[in-house]
Amino acid sequence: MTANTWTQNNPLYLDYQATTPTDPRVVEAMAPYWTEKFGNPHSRNHHFGWEAEDAVEIARGHVADVIGASPKEVIFTSGATESNNLAIKGVAKFYGDKRNHIITCVTEHKCVLETCRALQQDGFDVTYLHVKENGLIDLDELKAAMTDKTLLVSIMAVNNEIGVIQPLKEIGQLCRDNKTFFHTDAAQAFGKIPMDVNEMNIDMMSISGHKVYGPMGVGAMFVRRKPRVRLVPLIHGGGQERGMRSGTLPTPLVVGLGKAAELAKKEMAAEAERLHDFQHRLYEGLRQRIPEIFLNGDEQSRIPGNLNISFAYVEGEGLMMGIKDLAVSSGSACTSASLEPSYVLRALGVEDELAHTSLRLGLGRFTTEDDIEYAIERISKEVNRLRELSPLWDMAKAGIDIKSIKWAEH
Amino acid sequence: MNQPVYMDHNATTPTRPQAVDAVVRAMQSGGNPSSVHSVGRKALRVLEDAREQVRGAVNALKSAQVIFTSCGTEANSLALQNCGRDKMFAGATDHPAVLQARDDIQRIAVDVNGLIDPFQLEEMLAGGGDDTVISVMMANNETGVLQQIEGIAHIAHRYHALVHTDAVQALGKVDVDFQALGVDMMSLSAHKIGGPLGVGALIATKDVKLTAQNAGGGQENGLRGGTQNVPGIAGFGVAAELAVSELAGMGRLKAMRDQLETRILAIAPDAMVIATMADRLPNTSFISMPGVDAETQVMAFDLAGICVSAGSACASGKTKASAVLGAMGVAPDTAKSAVRVSLGLSNTEDDIERFISAWCELYQRKGAARSAA
Repeated sequence: MTANTWTQNNPLYLDYQATTPTDPRVVEAMAPYWTEKFGNPHSRNHHFGWEAEDAVEIARGHVADVIGASPKEVIFTSGATESNNLAIKGVAKFYGDKRNHIITCVTEHKCVLETCRALQQDGFDVTYLHVKENGLIDLDELKAAMTDKTLLVSIMAVNNEIGVIQPLKEIGQLCRDNKTFFHTDAAQAFGKIPMDVNEMNIDMMSISGHKVYGPMGVGAMFVRRKPRVRLVPLIHGGGQERGMRSGTLPTPLVVGLGKAAELAKKEMAAEAERLHDFQHRLYEGLRQRIPEIFLNGDEQSRIPGNLNISFAYVEGEGLMMGIKDLAVSSGSACTSASLEPSYVLRALGVEDELAHTSLRLGLGRFTTEDDIEYAIERISKEVNRLRELSPLWDMAKAGIDIKSIKWAEH
Repeated sequence: MNQPVYMDHNATTPTRPQAVDAVVRAMQSGGNPSSVHSVGRKALRVLEDAREQVRGAVNALKSAQVIFTSCGTEANSLALQNCGRDKMFAGATDHPAVLQARDDIQRIAVDVNGLIDPFQLEEMLAGGGDDTVISVMMANNETGVLQQIEGIAHIAHRYHALVHTDAVQALGKVDVDFQALGVDMMSLSAHKIGGPLGVGALIATKDVKLTAQNAGGGQENGLRGGTQNVPGIAGFGVAAELAVSELAGMGRLKAMRDQLETRILAIAPDAMVIATMADRLPNTSFISMPGVDAETQVMAFDLAGICVSAGSACASGKTKASAVLGAMGVAPDTAKSAVRVSLGLSNTEDDIERFISAWCELYQRKGAARSAA
């Protein structure tokens, strides 16, 4: 892709956390399974079924490889949201009468938080751990919260808004020591950072296809076999996926996820390095041109390619309107329709006003050097332009403490 | 021999080229429909256009809820677990996705033709149906039997029960009119009508109050969390429109299916076609070859390049006889020797000839009449 004239209608895509473009190699891998090798993978009676089943099993192996699991421990679902629901509700329903305490974290994705809230309605005790200013959980707090009733700890590997990577190995060890299951929503992590379910003592993991250049509509879940994690399925019926998830497996989508996993494993290291470099350049480029900008979330423990930045004294939505030739986000996609400041930023202690000035920039596989230069140029120009128009900025420059102002009522 | 003959369209059917185009186009455009930028807005438009295509294909009102899921099974699950009714009755020949949707289901018996007995249903509802949801599939995947859904819905509503129908096998083979059927909820599946695998839908009247099965990011009006599978849904919309427009083609399939049955019965009078006395899907035939195990038949057919099935795909790995036939009171020997043929628009008269040939060849080699001689 050459340096384009990006427009509102054809913007430069910098929103890789919302979704990733399906890699053309994935689209190609899926192609034969729509019309040629179209069999139902559960049809045991003929070669159309067998060939679909074979393809599914190969894909399963690829997914397992990325995280150091056995293929027997990987089931396919419709996506990470479903996997999160199944993981948490599934173990809760199975073990709930013996252990009914769950620990999660305030910055989790809505689907995890909503699921936990629903379980609270059913009598479960849920602890929502706070995070430090850098977005990471405090391991001592986690340890202190654990009791002999703690069934499950659910902490996402990489946060979708601020990109921070939680200390998975340490969390896993604490859980193992307490005989507590460790579930991690790895939608934003899978295929982007190295993960090993055994090194990290992970018992369940949620995986999303469309976050790792795979197709939409498919995801996976790692469910540990030794020691065995039992769960009550959410979707019953034909008994597919070892009874854990009924429903005809969508062969082309599963093949696509497998291909995406295979590519991710091969390209992860090089891609991480490239994106880390771009991310660094983007941030430095912006910092040099724009005073008073703040990175939300730990700078080191961060997924390559994500930046969540607050541009003080500039309203986020207003900024986005001025850079419509860039596809970015002010918070997570799921919640972007609401005008509330991000609960994730709030959890970091970012004040509402500053939270409102934030943009999430997500770089990815198809981002180029030119794109970085373009983004730096456009964002800095627009931020500085808006600041010139802003009386708050004038006051801030003059050293006036804005919080001390008593605004007159009209 | 030549090309394999695929006669297992009820299990799944190839994705229509136009649907594949729609899927690939949407994959290339990308975008999360919840994103506010133009890439997201475009994805949202594709999503909403497809929603209207599906709505139109089943003649549901603008006010009706059309909720996209990942498959028919999920639609069944969402409908039956989350409609707020404590009790559930289900047709005895319904798909496991319905029969397993909850722990405590009471089955509504069927007669020897596989039809729900309306009197039995009334008896079951006699105590009142305010706390009940009933689920009866519109068309059976194994036998093709069509239930009298309008009548069933009528009875159920008199007792204030909610009515759900699994129309997964019906769409694209017979007219499926959500309004005319009078049901409250209906499940659909894309891959059964030549849409892509991985998408389904639940249609519900505006009055049905559902709660979400998948808590999440608020998608589908808060009823089904999770980023919508825009490419899959785009393919579903296209397939739904095409399937409905091609209903007339079912006449040809019916003629071929009837031919197949007539010819086989002429050659083997002791063979049995299941449920001929009921209205059936035009493409489906569940035939018993006396004295020959279904597994044996299916293998023989496969060797002859013909793809059929010994019952439903889901169950095809299991060696038990069909539960559907059991519920109909079909004799175990007959049930164990029954094989399902399900035709699609790609099938030709030559395919029928090949099937009849293979069937007769096997019957002559192994059939009960032969071994008795």
